[in-house]
Amino acid sequence: MADHALGAPRLPGPEPVVGGPSREAGGIRRGSLIPDSTSQWADWAFYGAMLACGVSVLVLVGLIVYELVTKGQLAWHAFGWKFFFTHDWDPVNDQFGALPFIYGTVVSSILALILAVPLAVGVAVFITEMSPRWLRGGLAFTTELLAAIPSVIFGLWAIFVLVPFLRQTVEPLLARYFGWTGLFEGPPYGIGMLAAGVILAIMIIPIISSITREVMTAVSQQQREGVLALGATRWEMIRMGVLRNARAGIVGAIILGLGRALGETMAVTMVIGNRPEIAKSLFAPGYTMASVIANEFSEATGNLYLSSLVEVGLALFLVTIVVNILAQLLVWTVTRGTRARSHA
Amino acid sequence: MRRKGFRGDEGVSLWRRFVNHGVTLAAAGAVVLVLVPLFAVFGYLVYKGIGSVNWAFLTQTPKPVGEAGGGMANAIGGSVLILGIASLVGVPVGIGAGIYLAEYGRGRFGDFIRFTADVLNGVPSIVIGIVAYSLVVLTQKQFSALAGGVALAIMMIPTITRTTEEMLLLVPTNVREAAYGLGIARWRTTISITLRTATSGVITGVMLAFARVAGETAPLLFTAFGNQYWNWKINQPTAALPLQIFTYAISPFEEWHRQAWAGALILIILIVLAITAVRLAAGRGMVKGVS
Repeated sequence: MADHALGAPRLPGPEPVVGGPSREAGGIRRGSLIPDSTSQWADWAFYGAMLACGVSVLVLVGLIVYELVTKGQLAWHAFGWKFFFTHDWDPVNDQFGALPFIYGTVVSSILALILAVPLAVGVAVFITEMSPRWLRGGLAFTTELLAAIPSVIFGLWAIFVLVPFLRQTVEPLLARYFGWTGLFEGPPYGIGMLAAGVILAIMIIPIISSITREVMTAVSQQQREGVLALGATRWEMIRMGVLRNARAGIVGAIILGLGRALGETMAVTMVIGNRPEIAKSLFAPGYTMASVIANEFSEATGNLYLSSLVEVGLALFLVTIVVNILAQLLVWTVTRGTRARSHA
Repeated sequence: MRRKGFRGDEGVSLWRRFVNHGVTLAAAGAVVLVLVPLFAVFGYLVYKGIGSVNWAFLTQTPKPVGEAGGGMANAIGGSVLILGIASLVGVPVGIGAGIYLAEYGRGRFGDFIRFTADVLNGVPSIVIGIVAYSLVVLTQKQFSALAGGVALAIMMIPTITRTTEEMLLLVPTNVREAAYGLGIARWRTTISITLRTATSGVITGVMLAFARVAGETAPLLFTAFGNQYWNWKINQPTAALPLQIFTYAISPFEEWHRQAWAGALILIILIVLAITAVRLAAGRGMVKGVS
């Protein structure tokens, strides 16, 4: 920018290493010791530029809300609240109701949570409290690697590996032993709500377990020692000393996982079957809010159709925002204070 | 901190010992259960993908349905183009916002931006796609690489902002004060001292954001849209690796399934390379607070 304005040679850049001994600055050079008016001007310009970047974050969220609200207005005026409580999705006759998608999103996400939470918390407990020290870092990294796999690759894997496995092995068993519940009825296609729930569970385990770990680590060591000193076994120590204190944060982690599951698109779209129906059986195909947008948005003909899809997006946006904020607040109640800012 | 198992736990009832060991086993079991899908996914990617990755796959465009051969070269190129646009837009803005938060954002307003960045981070990618569609595709009247890039940039910004802020805050205040004491202007201190000190950490954040959006498909569906041919124009529909994998995976053709696996293998290799680089940087103590 105004590099010449300072009239100073380029700084040698001392590069002190954080937490370590700082390297000697390579020779002191003469610079302008008194900030002159140009550098003050430059300061303001720099501040302005950085402020603009910061404000752009606000602008982006504002734009998201504005675009969703204005583009979804047509559907809102046409259907009102009814949009969320009717189940006709009929582009040909311009009738739109989002209930099947809301149902699909909620059911697949809850199913994912039921499968993921015990596993994720178990992994977190094992890594923070039980694992031998040499194994800890590796395990943490490996489980989090799961989070690095793109959604579309999970979907690909699910189509060709998970779905056949569910169809041939898991679903017949479930139908035989739990068919009476009504949740596991009908032909086992493989593709359907159950497959979506399983793949979502795999995808949200890393986020739940890594935040649970973070929260558990934030519980003070004295709590553990105190409980142990009272004669508790290791599990009792974990239950009473750690989990109880980290409760709110763990709930936050779970809700954060829920937020992730609600908005997940590709993998679910590839295995849920994409049929706007509400069925009790988990073997039946379904449809989620994110999936319907992914599948139909670029083909939507007619303003009302497009607007309805945007309104589905708006609903999805609002729900995930509320869920995420709630989760952040919960996590914050536990980890607050442990990550002291080093620079005030 | 860990302590050794109980010595002299004669006083502990059998039941409590049983529960203790049972829970340990259960937790270990959970770890194993979670590792199964991880290895299954990677295993299948390598097993199914490796046979289909060849020179043609990396250098040719897709053949029409029914013809064997062809590749995803244009999709790889398209991904490079879209990710390039995304980085060009997202990285400077993200770092700038991070600098603002770390160096100037102490008050209410800073907290508000911080909070909004976290909100933006949680917005589902498909919703970002809708917004990029409205902002770019509707104004240009066609699908384009630019629209895809904008969508991905929006997703990169909050991640980069928050890691940059965190990394800059790790730089001790003394360092800044030393620079001010030498009469160096504040902006110059920020760029040449603070940011330079935190460079590796900031790069880590950028790489993490990059790895995150590199595999994104949902926001590209109706922005970049996809293309069967080469395209380097930013205002034309463009293929992308994740999009191509999606299209091929849900197609009914055996040959395309094969190519989808190959594409997925290439994609995951790129992402794992990025993550490992970050991990190595973190392991060498250059960055803290990134797991």
